[in-house]
Amino acid sequence: MSRKKIGRPENPLGNTRFSGRAYLYLLPAFLVLAVFVLYPIVMTLRMGFYESYVYLTDVGSGFGLSSFRYVLRDPAFQLAIRNTLIIVLVGVPITIALALGAALFINSLTRGRGVFQTIYFIPYVTSTIAIGLAFRWLFHSDYGYVNYVLSFFGVAPQKWLTDPNLTVVSVTIFTIWNGLAFKIVLFLAGLQKIDPQYYQAARIDGTPPRRVFFRITMPLLSSTFWMVVIVSVIHAFKTYNEVYSMYDGKSAGPGNSAITIVYYIYDMFFNRSQVHYASAAAIIFLLIVLALTALQKWISKRFVHYV
Amino acid sequence: MELRLKNLVKDFTGTRAVDTGELTILDGKLTGLLGPSGCGKSTLLYLISGLQKPTSGRIYFGDRDVTDLPPEKREIGLVFQNYALYPHMTVAQNIAFPLVNRKVKKAEIRERTAKMASLVQIEELLNRKPNQLSGGQQQRVAIARALVKRPEILLLDEPLSNLDARLRLEMREEIRRIQTETGVTTVFVTHDQEEAMSITDEIILMKKGVVQQQCGPQQMYLDPVNQFVASFLGSPPIDYFRFPLRDGRLWITEGYSLPMDVRHEGGILTGIRPEAWGRGDALQVQIQTVEHRGKDTLITFGLAGTRARALLDITDTVRPGETIGVTLRPQFLYLFDAESGVRIRQEEEQ
Repeated sequence: MSRKKIGRPENPLGNTRFSGRAYLYLLPAFLVLAVFVLYPIVMTLRMGFYESYVYLTDVGSGFGLSSFRYVLRDPAFQLAIRNTLIIVLVGVPITIALALGAALFINSLTRGRGVFQTIYFIPYVTSTIAIGLAFRWLFHSDYGYVNYVLSFFGVAPQKWLTDPNLTVVSVTIFTIWNGLAFKIVLFLAGLQKIDPQYYQAARIDGTPPRRVFFRITMPLLSSTFWMVVIVSVIHAFKTYNEVYSMYDGKSAGPGNSAITIVYYIYDMFFNRSQVHYASAAAIIFLLIVLALTALQKWISKRFVHYV
Repeated sequence: MELRLKNLVKDFTGTRAVDTGELTILDGKLTGLLGPSGCGKSTLLYLISGLQKPTSGRIYFGDRDVTDLPPEKREIGLVFQNYALYPHMTVAQNIAFPLVNRKVKKAEIRERTAKMASLVQIEELLNRKPNQLSGGQQQRVAIARALVKRPEILLLDEPLSNLDARLRLEMREEIRRIQTETGVTTVFVTHDQEEAMSITDEIILMKKGVVQQQCGPQQMYLDPVNQFVASFLGSPPIDYFRFPLRDGRLWITEGYSLPMDVRHEGGILTGIRPEAWGRGDALQVQIQTVEHRGKDTLITFGLAGTRARALLDITDTVRPGETIGVTLRPQFLYLFDAESGVRIRQEEEQ
């Protein structure tokens, strides 16, 4: 008997590698990607390396790294990096812990699970701008609920939106709350994927709840957990909506104190019309996220169990 | 540890899933809980394990009333239908898991894990993860994990249903061997009568939550108490006929009858197992179909308006359409009440 060549199965379209028809079918997708993804990236790269650039006439002059130099030395950009890191390093762990706690709670319910799932999901289907308006009122220094509640604990009223030291805290709280819904849903899906027989087996063996959580739930949830971490970190790095909606897009709070990297890019582009600086900042931002994703991939290979 | 169930009842909304009456499961034996799917056998197993709570009734392990004890205090080992091995732990970690919970010393854990591994013959697999094992190997690990804490009772939920036919044969012998070596009281759930017949010391046959018969497998096969038991055991299954009973004889055909000393009001159903037939000259029948089964040959023929099945020797070469002479061995012939299905016994038997 003759041995069949192992490889790709027979393709009904013939050898597609050289088939013009196949490329014809792919053309619409290529066009969309080219116009909305490829072209902007190339343009951003180009604009970032100009020393000056006029957007309306598309005329740039001087080719070099001076825009990068400017951005990296810009105190506003340094502040943006600091703020973004606060949101990522402080906000993300808190939002993940809260989301996991809420998901574990909902998952443990035998009744009313649907009600809670719906309640926790509402923020996700609500516009960030609308939520931003609500948060502005919550954080209002004279009439806001945050200060009202804090007053019960003897905390003096804080100027959440106008004290330059507090604005980033307010934005972080906003991002935590805003990101909760989606993470809860992801965690719930992960928890429900775990076969209940593992818990029955653990019960028969008299496993204490702490050990069940750390030795069974967490390892079996680790792939979901890691996915949530990656999504959350990337999402937190891109924080912009929250700042925009809390301050109407005119500034990032008093003295731009709540500025984030993406808000900096936006601000450079639309408010200051310094397109080449905005582009350079965007490229730097891209490199940071890329490095981070590489790091996360490396970590996940070591600590995540994909079952 | 002898296991006694006293009027154990489990109700699910609207239906009675289990109602055991008085039931004793023998100490140190392998007992099979057998029945069609939905008969409550798994529910009964989970009641014994404590993972489910009974509606009423008591469960005793020896003299100990465990009805209100949570599963972890009952000293049981449970092997789940799909094994429930922790996928992120190695085989060794899986087996050791119950011991770590009990704060057993590390050296002892290692020793007992190794001992269990050698009992179920997986010593060379200790560092593998469950997804690197075959179904049979996973089954062995699951049994080792259940036995490592030295339980009083070992419970197995459909242990062979996830295995292919060849592994099933191998594993059922393994379960028998492991049970015999450890001497642990074992209860296993199955819907496969052949499985239950082949390895158990005793079978408990259930139907709609109620125990039909409890005895050794051979006795259950040879002496069923009702039509359900007779039908459930045996492959190919028993056939039923409405033969007339006249003058103390059961008339198979007009010319062929067997003496039958029964007194019974109402309709009678006669059950004949396929192996009751043999070559002979009592009856001439025309063969309808022939099925070669390897170890024997299954033929069918028309009798009393229905179809009869008979097992012939493998060396017997017969063809469909052929007419052959057969005879009956009366001990494989059972009478049942046509209404209730209850067994009707001959006078001298009673």
